[in-house]
Order: sequence, then structure tokens, then C-alpha cells
Amino acid sequence: MSGKIKEKGMEILFLACALASIAAVAVICLFLFMGGIPAIGEIGAGEFLLGRKWAPQDVPASFGIFPMILGSVYVTGGAILLGVPVGILAAVFLARFCPRPAYRVLGPAVQLMAGIPSIVYGFFGMVVIVPFIREHFRRLGAVNGSSILAASILLGIMILPTVIGVSESALRAVPQSYYEGALALGATHERAVFFAVLPAAKSGILAGVVLGVGRAIGETMAVIMVAGNQPRMPAGLFKGVRTLTANIVMEMGYASGLHREALIATGVVLFVFILLINLCFSLLKRRMD
Amino acid sequence: MKDKFQIEGLDLFYGDFQALKNVELSLGERAITAFIGPSGCGKSTLLKSLNRMNDLVEGCRITGRVLLDGEDVYGDMDVNLLRRRVGMVFQKPNPFPMSVYDNIAYGPRTHGVRSRARLDGIVEKSLRDAAIWEEVKDRLKKPALGLSGGQQQRLCIARALAVEPEVLLMDEPTSALDPISTSKIEDLVLELKKNYTIIIVTHNMQQATRISDETAFFLLGEVVEFGATEDLFSMPKDKRTEDYITGRFG
Amino acid sequence: MRDIHGLPAVNRVSLRQRARSYLRRPLSLLLFLLVGLAALLTAATLLFIIGYILVRGAPHITPSLFELTYNSVNVSLFPAVVTTVMMTLLSLLIAAPLGIFTAIYLVEYARRGNRLVGLVRITSETLSGIPSIVYGLFGMLFFVTALHWGFSLLSGACTLAIMILPLIMRTTEEALKSVPDSFREASFGLGAGRLRTVFKVVLPSAVPGILAGVILAIGRIVGETAALIYTAGTVAQIPGGKDALFLSGRTLAIHMYVLSSEGLHTNEAYATAVVLLVTVLLINTLSAVVARRLTKG
Repeated sequence: MSGKIKEKGMEILFLACALASIAAVAVICLFLFMGGIPAIGEIGAGEFLLGRKWAPQDVPASFGIFPMILGSVYVTGGAILLGVPVGILAAVFLARFCPRPAYRVLGPAVQLMAGIPSIVYGFFGMVVIVPFIREHFRRLGAVNGSSILAASILLGIMILPTVIGVSESALRAVPQSYYEGALALGATHERAVFFAVLPAAKSGILAGVVLGVGRAIGETMAVIMVAGNQPRMPAGLFKGVRTLTANIVMEMGYASGLHREALIATGVVLFVFILLINLCFSLLKRRMD
Repeated sequence: MKDKFQIEGLDLFYGDFQALKNVELSLGERAITAFIGPSGCGKSTLLKSLNRMNDLVEGCRITGRVLLDGEDVYGDMDVNLLRRRVGMVFQKPNPFPMSVYDNIAYGPRTHGVRSRARLDGIVEKSLRDAAIWEEVKDRLKKPALGLSGGQQQRLCIARALAVEPEVLLMDEPTSALDPISTSKIEDLVLELKKNYTIIIVTHNMQQATRISDETAFFLLGEVVEFGATEDLFSMPKDKRTEDYITGRFG
Repeated sequence: MRDIHGLPAVNRVSLRQRARSYLRRPLSLLLFLLVGLAALLTAATLLFIIGYILVRGAPHITPSLFELTYNSVNVSLFPAVVTTVMMTLLSLLIAAPLGIFTAIYLVEYARRGNRLVGLVRITSETLSGIPSIVYGLFGMLFFVTALHWGFSLLSGACTLAIMILPLIMRTTEEALKSVPDSFREASFGLGAGRLRTVFKVVLPSAVPGILAGVILAIGRIVGETAALIYTAGTVAQIPGGKDALFLSGRTLAIHMYVLSSEGLHTNEAYATAVVLLVTVLLINTLSAVVARRLTKG
């Protein structure tokens, strides 16, 4: 009899744990929206999202996060431009060109790349990429090196393991018969891979890119260390910029009142972006299966 | 009849397993040759050796010679050009996940045809030759994977024809199809014989008798008997051939 | 390639043939070069990052960095190491049972087509896509403010626990699924109940997979910054004493962030980067090794 109670009890415990993860998402949504929505209401959604001026200390204060939205978009766009082509080509190499002994080194290396903490990437960007831009692009308008370009390069590197990982498994999932069919028509290995296998892996690779976008837009510490963080409209590739994530970390330490709520609301905007990106990712993944 | 392929002293190993033993065959031009035999007898392996698709198999080693019009395909010949001359149709239809049009145009594009008008011409001719034009002419832009299994296989034949091969290798092309699709493909193969050399691997002995001019019977990696299809099926010289075609095998 | 009967195998493509083929088809050559270049670039970037930090940082690792207490002269990272260990243990203590039990429910208890399974999967996918700064923001609002825990070990650990929950859940789920059904049937066949089957038969065979996931989670905790700044705070001393759970403390990654953003202690930041990098690389390697043992059986 006690055995039966124990069985039932443990089942309920397991169920409770499963429910806890659902509760976590619910509570996260609840607290973020509760903390941020009132501020958006007070500032006005249009003024908040499209306002071009962020000056929380001014009287009267301005809370426009449009510069930061643009900042996040530009930096992410730059990362995609740099990271995606290299990532996809590297995935093609790993899935279809790599000799087995080399794969034993390169496969784990890509995973290692994903494991490096973002603070270390940021530090690397700060001591290598930023000075490089400062010294070599001064004539093009680089001031101190912290810039959209620096952030794009760094994020481009950081999304590589994501893009490579997802693309590689998408390429490996393509039936071998497509490859053989192309070869039997007289295609070279390269043509067969690029014009028969790669198109078949299209949606999987796109899912990898979308996941990379999510990583780039949500990245915080590394971006803060190389982007300059000036809260103004983006002024050029070699000028500083502030992202949504940076806006939160830079000012949360001393903000209070409406300022603080506006920062939480910034988090809400970021959260909504991420949810939309996740939705795209799951849709693509479903299409892949 | 002129010989298209001459196979001389061909041995093939997968690792330590010998899959083909000293194969000697001459395959006639513009004729249909059938390879028959129980599974694992080496008939598909030999077929894939003719256009070097076995190169993809790790640990596969070949000795001997395979002459195409007198030239050794394992000699100095460009592998990709060889496969262009010797097309292949697989056991399971394997159209690319693209439109019908792009499937057919894949081969010509691979070999440098860019002009839209020429591609249009090739696509129509190949589909007509493969007796599927009427069924797909209104859906050239639709995905090929939406076609039925039999249509997909004829599409794959059209795709192979589009690069103007001299030889068509067919690896059990009807084993995944229903009887009606099968008879359509058989009619097509008989029609294609006028212009192409065809070598077909089949499990189905009726199919071999219906369409082939010559038949080779394989057993355990050896060619047991090779001759005119009529003779081989009506008066087999070898006891093992007789056992197999009368169903008393094993 | 070995010879057959003393004859050389003929089915290989010589280098000369390959070169001739590439010269005849410039597009194929170009694609080949691009692919190789991309792989080379990726590998070189990784090597450069790791090499640069190790080479520049290693000379700055001095005994004073490991003194027991932190002050602005020695800039010791020792307290941060201790805090990191505490933070890791605490987070795992919360997340591991939760994640493993959830996975057990999903794989061993839920019936096929159970709506809850789909819901849990969606939420876990959502959780794994949320950036760490959003977790940090939530932790600040919920644990720090609403529950009045303040900047503390506990607030930080709870935040991290939610963050690593999907990782542990997913790896455990995969590990449980890879246990053959015949094991379960054998156990049921001997009259064992579901609970006994799970704990005595299924879980032991899934241990390497679960462990690999937990180790990966440790890697994420050790490297995390954004989720901790506004939940655990940045106090540089070891949180100790009776109410240590409610004291602020900085992990190694936060320590490094503070050092490098202050700009006063670049050398120490280098050294901290080395320690952090080596730790995380070791953890990831360990996870890979454990996972490989799983696939070997």
C-alpha cells in the first residue's frame, strides 16, 4: 500500500516539476510586462518606440529608444553580413569536404567556440579589434575604435558556432540520393554539393541564421565592451552606437522612477523581438522536419 | 553488333570482401542488356563500376579494365565527363527538391548551357523522350516531389537524357513502382533503345525477357552465364542458371 | 590503398587528374577554395583568440592574484573563484532536480499526445532563446525586488537556475530516450513498478548523457555575466557567515567585467581572462568526453 502511495507521490512530484518550467515562462512574461508596460503607457508608445532622443536626465526627460532599436538592428545586420557566409561555407566544409581525421579536431573546435564566455569575446574585441579600427580607419572617421564595425565583427565571430552547428546538421540530413543523382549527371563534387545538396538544406540553414540573429540581438556584455554605447542615432560604420541590451546594463545601476521603468520597457521590446525570432525559428524547424 | 562496353578481368573488393570476381563481358551498342541474379550477387556493383559511382564507397578497390568505346574509364578519362556519357537511373526515384524544369535543366546547366531558349528546348525534348511531357507540361514550375512515384522515375530518366548520354544505366528502376507505372517505363526503355545503349539491373525475370536483348546471370560475384536473352531463358547452359530462372534456386 | 593480387587498384583519381578537372571547371575550383578558406578562417579566428589571451595573459598570473582576500592593491581573483563555485553549486542544486524530474515526467510518465508535453517543449524552447540580459532583468524584478532578497547569491542562483533549466531538461530528455525500451520491459516484466524501473534501470544507463548536460550547464554558469550584474551584484568579497545566501558576491566573469570596464587593471583582467578561458575550455572538453563515453556505450 505504501508503495502505491510512493509511486503516486513521485509521479505528482515529477508533474509539478514539469509545471514549474511552464510557470517560469509565465512569471517572466508577467513581471517583465508588468514592469515595463506602464512606462510605455506613460511615455506614449509612439514616442517611446520612434522617439529619436534618449535623455533621461534632461528636464523634461526624453525616452525615445529608436536609436537603440536601430543600433541593435545595424549591429546584428553587420554580424549577419560577416558571419553567415563564412559560417555556411564552413558548415559545407565540415559536412561534405572535411577528411575524417581533420573533423576530429574541427568538430570539437566549433563547440569550443560556442563555449567561450561572451565576456572573454568582449575583452578580446576591446584589446584587439577596437585598437585595430582606431589605428587603421582614422581617415574614414573612426574616433576611438568603438564602433558599429567593431561590434559587427565581434558578433559575426560569436554567431559562427551557432550558424555552423545548425547548418551542418541540416546539410547532413539531406538524403545522399540527391548528391548521387547530381554526380551521375556528371556534376563535380563541388557542383553537386552547392547546387543539389545545399538548396535541399535551405530551410535548415535559414533556421540557423535566424538563431544567429537571436544570439546577436540578445548579446550584451561583448557588445558593451566594443560598441561605444553613445545613445544617439547611428552616425556611421566607424562611429559608436548603443544597442537595446547595452541601454539596460549601462543605466540600470543608477536609474529610478520612470527612468528605471523605461529601461525595463526596453527589456520588454527586446523580449518581444526575441519571441518573434524564436517563432520564426520554430516554424522553419517544423518545415525542415 | 558493335560493343559499347568491354569489361576485362574486373575484380572488386569492399574491404576484404570480394564482390566481383574476374568479370569478362562485352555489352552491345544500342541494345538492352539485363543483369539478373539474387540480391548480393554483384549485379548492381558491376553497374556502378561502369560510371565509377563506386568511387564514393569507402574501401572499394577495383582491378581490371572497363573500356568505353575502347577507352579505359579507369584510365586518364575525366570522371565527370564519363558520367555525362554514361547516365544513371536509380532504384528509388531521386528527383531534386526543385521544380520539374530545374530538375531537367540541372544537368545541362552543370555542363555550361546558360541560354534560356536552349534550356527550354532541352527540357521539352527530354520530357518528350521520356514520355512524360504531356503529363507535366502545365506544371513545369511545380516541385518535382509532388509527382507520383512513376512520374518521378520517368522525370529522372528525362533528367538523365537531358545531358545527351550515350549509355543509360538503370538500377532496378521499377522495383519501387506499381505495375502500371512499371509497364510505362518498360515501353519507354524499348523506345529509348533506338538511340541509347541501355544496361538494366532487374530482380524481375519477366522484365528481363520482355525488354532485354542480352542477359547476364550473376551469382556470388561471378558471371555464370551471358548470352542472348531468348537462349538464356529457353535453354540455359549452366545448371545454376536453370535453377535460378525456374525458381528452384536456394 | 592495398594492392589486389599484386595489381594496383585502378579506381582512384590521381592528383594530376583532379588538378586537370579543376582547371577545366573554374567554378568548382572557386567553390572549393571558398569552402576551404571559410573553414581556415574559422579555425584561425578561434586559435587567435585563445592564443592571444593565453600569451598576453599568462605572464600576469601572479601569486598575489590568489590571495585570500580582495583589495584594490592585489586585485585578487580568489574570492571570485570561491563565489563562482558557490554560485554554481547553488544553481545546480535548484535546476538539476527540476530539469531532470521534468524530463523524467516527459519521457517516462506522460502518455503520447499529452498536451502538457507539447506545452513544456514550447516553453523550454522559449526559455532557451531568451538572452541572458532579459533573465537578469527578470531576476532583478522578481527575486531582488519583489521577494526582497536584494543583490544576493540566492537571487543570482535562482536566475541562473531558470536560465540553465532548458539545457538540463533537453539533454536529460535525450539521454532518457536513448535508453532502449527493452530495459524498461525487462524491469516491468520482473514485476517492478514504474518508479523502481526509472531509478534502478533507466536513470543509471542515462547518467553519462545527463552528466554531459550538467557539465555544459556549469560552463554556462561560469561564463555568465549579464544575468548576474543586477541579481548577484558585484561585491568583491566572499559571501560568508550565517546569511551568506543573502549577501552579494561577484563570480569570476563579473570580476573580469568590472576589471576591464574600469580600465585600471588591464593586466589583471588579462590574467582573469586566462583563468576563465581555461576553466571553461576544460569544462567543455570534459562534457564532450563524457558525452563520447555515452555514444560508445
